[in-house]
Amino acid sequence: MLWFSLLVLIPLVAVIITASSGGWSAFAHQLGNEQTASAIWLTIRAAIVVTLINVVVGTVIAWVLVRDKFWGKGLLEVIIDIPFALPTIVAGLVLLSLYGTSSPLGLHWANTSMSVYLALAFVTLPFVVRMVQPVLEELDADVEEAAASLGASRFTTFRRIILPSLAPAIAAGAALSFARGMGEYGSLVLLSGNLPFKSEVASVRILSAIENDNPEGAAAIAAMLLVVSLLVIVVLDLVQRRMVRRG
Amino acid sequence: MAETRRAPRTPLTYVLRLVVIAYLGLLVAWPVVLVAWNAFHVPDVGFTTEAFAGIFGDPQMMHAIQLTCMAAVVATLINLVFGVSISLLLVRTEFPGKRVLSALIDLPLSVSPIVVGLALVLVYGGRDGWFGPTLESAGIQVIFATPGIIMATAFVSLPLVIREVIPVLEEIGTEQEQAAASLGASSWQTFWRITLPGIKWAVIYGVVLTLARSLGEFGAVKVVSGNVLGQTRTATLAVEEKYLNFDQQGAYAVAFLLASVSVICILVVFVLRARGARVR
Repeated sequence: MLWFSLLVLIPLVAVIITASSGGWSAFAHQLGNEQTASAIWLTIRAAIVVTLINVVVGTVIAWVLVRDKFWGKGLLEVIIDIPFALPTIVAGLVLLSLYGTSSPLGLHWANTSMSVYLALAFVTLPFVVRMVQPVLEELDADVEEAAASLGASRFTTFRRIILPSLAPAIAAGAALSFARGMGEYGSLVLLSGNLPFKSEVASVRILSAIENDNPEGAAAIAAMLLVVSLLVIVVLDLVQRRMVRRG
Repeated sequence: MAETRRAPRTPLTYVLRLVVIAYLGLLVAWPVVLVAWNAFHVPDVGFTTEAFAGIFGDPQMMHAIQLTCMAAVVATLINLVFGVSISLLLVRTEFPGKRVLSALIDLPLSVSPIVVGLALVLVYGGRDGWFGPTLESAGIQVIFATPGIIMATAFVSLPLVIREVIPVLEEIGTEQEQAAASLGASSWQTFWRITLPGIKWAVIYGVVLTLARSLGEFGAVKVVSGNVLGQTRTATLAVEEKYLNFDQQGAYAVAFLLASVSVICILVVFVLRARGARVR
């Protein structure tokens, strides 16, 4: 308990206290800085877009991994986990090799806002897949067959039978992926070039505030991100409780 | 997997399969392969291991790698002990605030690493942190030194062991433990002989995941370490430094080393999981 407080709780409380030390107006002033506001806005936008992509693509990937069977599926399983295990700085370098200036595809996304979306899509890939996959595996085929035998089309079966049972898992994965996207830093350092107003995200703003000896500014942005993480945790907790009640 | 059942194959099956393979290929597989390729392949020269020789010949680089390994191992050990004990606490006992604590445990997974670094600096910073000056006068420097790196690493990988162990603890229940206790085993013996073997595999997955995460931590470490050459520079920080200094070959080589370790970790977990599924 003591270790947990020393390591996690007290430092995080310190962030909130430092952020609020100047009162509400100082806090709003720090966040109102044009460059900061633009960075935060970009981060929120990218996190939302990428989360939506993950909800769709992640569910599809989980579906294919569970229901389809083909040669090389095991390899895909391993590939899904790579973004989670790969050091974020290496993830940035990895993406840079395919989407950077010497791109063999001819896509020069480095140093543009596209790079932010790309990096977030990479690092948040596993969340929805890994949440949905076990639920999909446990799903009872009887209900689907019953629906089909009663004349439901495959689309109707999916929408009315499968999707409702997957929804909590998708929501949990989406929440994690959103939180991760909001706070991403490592993979963006090399890839995005951190251009103000263009490809600079909230975490980068925090770091530059720390380096410019402006702990209040850093803490203000950090507190905002922290609130987002806390909200995500609350959502996760609620969703998990619902899943347990049902199961 | 309980039973293999398959929907009838329709064109949609193939379309979905293709979409998934294309998405994963473009986003993950191709770029990762390219980095491996770049680490060994120099334009106009061909394949060479020169970059690796450069890394292993550079004492500062070796120091960075050692520091990374050391911090990762220490952080993993801390999280192992802490993780198992807090899991036992959360599953086997009731106390007020338990729900809040179990929700807070997940916090490090969703907090930005930069925020983690900032939080640690605010509390343990030598100049104007809350505890920093006191610790400093006692001769312990945390921020811009190794303890800070270890703390940052332990912070970000904190929930991994716990998340693996808790579900297993809940599943195995307390019957065997009670039986052992009723036969006169001390609580230590019960833990060592009954509980630990039961959660062994979960602990091992947790440790492997923690290790992988710890080796690769970048953001939090960047804030707390100060990145002093030969002292507090870790391998991930060196990748950035090398890349920004136009030593792309070196950056790719270090990145390749780090990436291979994490891929090996995934494979270990993958194989263990497959085995576990068979045993059950």
